[in-house]
Amino acid sequence: MHPAPSVIAFTTLSGIGFGLLAWLGLGLPPVTGGTAFAFFTIAYLLAAGGLVASTFHLGHPERALLAFTQWRTSWLSREAWASVAALLVMAVCGAGAVFFDTRIPALGWIGSALCMLTVWATSMIYAQLATVPRWNTPLTPVLFLSLAAAGGALLAGQPDFALVLLPLSGVVQVVWWVRGDRALADSRTDMASATGLGGTGRVRAFEPPHTSPNYLMREMVFRIGRKHALKLRALALLLGYVLPCLLLLIPFSHVFAALAVGSHLGGVAASRWLFFAEAEHVVGLYYGKS
Amino acid sequence: MTTLPETTDRKLGLVIDLDTCVGCHACVVACKGWNTEAYGAPLSDQDPYGAEPSGTFLNRVHSYEVQPEDGAAQLVHFPKSCLHCEDAPCVTVCPTGASYKRAEDGIVLVDESACIGCGLCAWACPYGAREMDAAEGVMKKCTLCVDRIYNENLPEQDRVPACVRTCPAGARHFGDLGDPESDVSRLVAARGGMDLMPEQGTRPVNKYLPPRPRDKLDQMEQSAPRLDPVIEEPGGFLGWLDRALEKL
Ligand code: SF4
Ligand code: SF4
Repeated sequence: MHPAPSVIAFTTLSGIGFGLLAWLGLGLPPVTGGTAFAFFTIAYLLAAGGLVASTFHLGHPERALLAFTQWRTSWLSREAWASVAALLVMAVCGAGAVFFDTRIPALGWIGSALCMLTVWATSMIYAQLATVPRWNTPLTPVLFLSLAAAGGALLAGQPDFALVLLPLSGVVQVVWWVRGDRALADSRTDMASATGLGGTGRVRAFEPPHTSPNYLMREMVFRIGRKHALKLRALALLLGYVLPCLLLLIPFSHVFAALAVGSHLGGVAASRWLFFAEAEHVVGLYYGKS
Repeated sequence: MTTLPETTDRKLGLVIDLDTCVGCHACVVACKGWNTEAYGAPLSDQDPYGAEPSGTFLNRVHSYEVQPEDGAAQLVHFPKSCLHCEDAPCVTVCPTGASYKRAEDGIVLVDESACIGCGLCAWACPYGAREMDAAEGVMKKCTLCVDRIYNENLPEQDRVPACVRTCPAGARHFGDLGDPESDVSRLVAARGGMDLMPEQGTRPVNKYLPPRPRDKLDQMEQSAPRLDPVIEEPGGFLGWLDRALEKL
């Protein structure tokens, strides 16, 4: 799949943004006043900024409101509802903490739940697609949720939680990769089933339909950079999980904390890039590629 | 509305004969010609006369080589367009309701005025049947020529999809696959019509007829040994003509 920068930015930033909001909703840290203002501003910039970035890849962003209509069947529509609900509820919590020095625990918990629901809906947009076997697994929501929780804990200044959640999400990440490498082969979809010609013999793509690439190939038969996949995986693990943990283990300083957050964001972005670039869409089989 | 109908009154679709298709791409051209000036936004081209021409097509013809265990390889031309699936994953993922499946005839359509161009439906389709138009920013797909098949301004023989009407080899058939007595259904039964990627669970309406088994050259030698010529010189009128012409 084509790794569109806007979608990578969206899933990375909004994931960690909603993660941070979820921790703030739980009252961890129990901030009020100016500190709360700073925390909530960062969280909203990340979460809402990510949502805005995601509209950049739309052909008709001016019709985006229509995306709220099909929540009965569409995960994208459910994500739209969940994100708006989460942002609204957490805005009330934030206003309470910043301006009135009060926290409403019940509302905060609802807000946290909605934040995690948003991340879950985002992950289901990918996990539901049988056409991309690498994504089509319950492990995808687990990966997104654990990353949001870990990144949120890091950003919320919760080293105790972060030191548990970061290694945990690292393990999920590795398991997700290992499963993903077998996913297409395990999906039973191959050139034989795509063309129905397998009974006659071995099928080879002889001629593509056109002499130059088309939308389908650009969007779904993206294969650039796969040969660097292993290096990128190592980089993602190092930056996203290992380095932040090490930085948390040494005595606290704001510089190291900022470094940990930056490193984590870089690692998650690399992992998201791979999430798309390595994902094989079955339509590639019609083009003799995967 | 992106909830799929439980059942559709009819299941209009195509039957494509892989044995007969000669790979001429006439259906591709006819489809583009009709649909660029009919339903919805035109099918745009980018850099059409340049080095990297690219454009939106609702129907594309692939060609595959199939190598049997023994015997010669076969070339199979393979037209591919929307299969108007009964469990169309492209419809249910659409957030806006732009994509829908009609309850009356099963045709899967996009209401372009509601499409935000998110591209998710194209991701959900296993067959590559949906293409985002680069100029218009909306999703394009085969409409089964919904503006021809019911069009009373057209002569009766033209009320079929443009690809079917144009196919010079007769490799494309249009009809109601929900009616077991229809011509297309009987064709599918007789020729062992198949689904593409059945394991994806989309239940396509369109069916493909597999290529008939080919004769094997060596078997032909055995079953029909070459005959010796019976007479070297032609006789009768032709013989006379031959001799007369020889003398001239
Ligand atoms: S072929 Fe693709 S676009 Fe057509 S109905 Fe099936 S899934 Fe949808
Ligand atoms: S591209 Fe248009 S038709 Fe397809 S899912 Fe998005 S809004 Fe629906």
